[in-house]
Amino acid sequence: MKIHEYQGKAILARHGVPVPRGEMAHTPSEVGAIARRLGGTVVVKAQIHAGGRGKGGGVKLAKTADEAEQIATQMIGMRLVTHQTGPEGRIVKRILVEEGLQIARELYLGLVIDRAAERPVLMVSPAGGMEIEKVAAETPHLIFKAHIDPATGLLPFQARSLAFSLGLEGPAVGKAVKVMAQIAETFSATDASLIEINPLIVTATGDLLALDAKMTFDDNALFRHPDIKELRDFDEEDPLEIDASKYSLNYIRLDGNIGCMVNGAGLAMATMDIIKLAGGEPANFLDVGGGATAEQIKNAVRILTSDRNVQAVFVNIFGGILRCDILAEGLVAAVKELHVTLPIVIRMEGTNVETGKQMLRDSGLNFTTADAMDQAAATVVKLAGGR
Amino acid sequence: MAVLLDTSTRLLVQGLTGREGTFHAKAAAAYGTTIVGGVTPGKGGTIHEGWPIFNTVHQAVAETGANASLIFVPPPAGADTVMEAVDAGLALVVCITEGIPTLDMMRVVTFMRGKPSRLIGPICPGLISPGKAKAGIIPGHICKEGCVGIVSRSGTLTYEAIQQTTQLGYGQTTCIGIGGDPIIGTTFVDALRLFNADPETEAVVMIGEIGGTAEEEAADFIKREFRKPVVSFIAGQTAPPGRRMGHAGAIIAGGKGTAAEKMAALSAVGVHVVKSPAEIGAAVRVALRSS
Repeated sequence: MKIHEYQGKAILARHGVPVPRGEMAHTPSEVGAIARRLGGTVVVKAQIHAGGRGKGGGVKLAKTADEAEQIATQMIGMRLVTHQTGPEGRIVKRILVEEGLQIARELYLGLVIDRAAERPVLMVSPAGGMEIEKVAAETPHLIFKAHIDPATGLLPFQARSLAFSLGLEGPAVGKAVKVMAQIAETFSATDASLIEINPLIVTATGDLLALDAKMTFDDNALFRHPDIKELRDFDEEDPLEIDASKYSLNYIRLDGNIGCMVNGAGLAMATMDIIKLAGGEPANFLDVGGGATAEQIKNAVRILTSDRNVQAVFVNIFGGILRCDILAEGLVAAVKELHVTLPIVIRMEGTNVETGKQMLRDSGLNFTTADAMDQAAATVVKLAGGR
Repeated sequence: MAVLLDTSTRLLVQGLTGREGTFHAKAAAAYGTTIVGGVTPGKGGTIHEGWPIFNTVHQAVAETGANASLIFVPPPAGADTVMEAVDAGLALVVCITEGIPTLDMMRVVTFMRGKPSRLIGPICPGLISPGKAKAGIIPGHICKEGCVGIVSRSGTLTYEAIQQTTQLGYGQTTCIGIGGDPIIGTTFVDALRLFNADPETEAVVMIGEIGGTAEEEAADFIKREFRKPVVSFIAGQTAPPGRRMGHAGAIIAGGKGTAAEKMAALSAVGVHVVKSPAEIGAAVRVALRSS
């Protein structure tokens, strides 16, 4: 689960990490009021769940409160497009107003899970403020890493070594060690899957502050963090993805015109692949899971067909625990009840497959059945009108 | 022969008294697996569906001589349940549970270092040695005793590979679903090492997906040590970057973990890489004929 920058900073601040003074606002007048309270130059930052906001015009400096209010008038409601939002962008609804600071150095700090090492890795770089992927590709010697043993946490010597690698001196070393320890502690205390501070700044007075904060949490651990679960912003999510999650269906919207209903994440990805191989484009990925019920299948059909881009539906199911006759029953009922007229191509295999196919044939509905996956893909691509 | 699981397996089911545990324990027993009992804390001393239930794994092992465990518990209890089985010294621990927090799994793998247990999963369909035993949820009727070893990060794609190799008459030695999480107990390399040492496994089907570097590590291992033909399919060739495709581990992050990289790494070491999951069986036939 992703959260906004201002929420991430609040969490970091609770764990002792220094962050700039600031508040979140929904309206220009609130922005003005916050800027007045903070005094002096402020930074007005659009809050969306995507990076690259500065380049897209989502981060602006204001010398006065009136200017901040003016900027907010334009920013709130704007469609902010960055390299991470896709061409449709995101509508800005929340603004973070923060004090302006005198920056001496911009550093990078990131904490993620290193899958191969099976533990978190803390990465720092003196090349702060840049995209870290770019730094990694062009100047990898400027990235320094320390793996964190889950049994001990980040050790002081590791943090010291990273601080020296960053070229810090004097009291800044101790401050950096403390910040790194606090961020590592935040990571494990909140079941984060990513914490990225870019930049972590050193001010003219030698203080370290998190000028930005990107935090992502492990969805599987949200059950033990009700406070973090509360931070979910439904405005940042696709309404159909939210709808699907209510029925334990996993739906991901894509760009094409073929709706896909499958069971299992691997088969879902493989179905997308086989549609592309046949010259088509999947409109989505909808995984009904291992033991779908008739109710889930009905909702799956409803969600798939409510996407206006969908021209044809491909049902690709391997019935292991989910029996093919149950699937057929669910499909027939859903199509009748929802008056679906789109062509539906069904390829199913596994338990009770013959009974299932017979039920589909007997239904008199607009179903096409196929035995082989590649043949089914070719059929659905044709029915969807080709490319 | 088979790997990890055979007729000598004495299986304990942790979470046997739950709905899923009961259903799959009965299915495994019907397949011929020796299930010796269950563990459900608080229900020790009772009998469930004819099986004795124990409060702790240690007790269960002492009483039944269990050497493997199959886990069906809710995700918050998943890590603790695995570690209890490992602490009791079980050689094989199969965790079906989906949705165990990543930090919990990190503690599990740290706890397991230096201990003799092998963990399969979590979030996996388990494993089956056709004609011998099964520990998990793979439907037995699609399998056939034979010569192909199957290892997969995806559940339903495991079934596809099984079905295709069964229909062509090859059958399987053992099919292992290793799970789709970022941190798992058994990797492709572990499974390949086992299949390499198994004289009856003549070819291996390896089904990977986007995210992580497990397929690249497998390619390195195949180049160095593996001496049998391998057929591979990588799911997610068309997945957009930065989106988590169902499995927690299936994500192209920072431009890394793409299917193209994995397919190239595997092709470079002589693996028969197929673009379509429908071609797995046919590729096994080609691989076996040319080997």
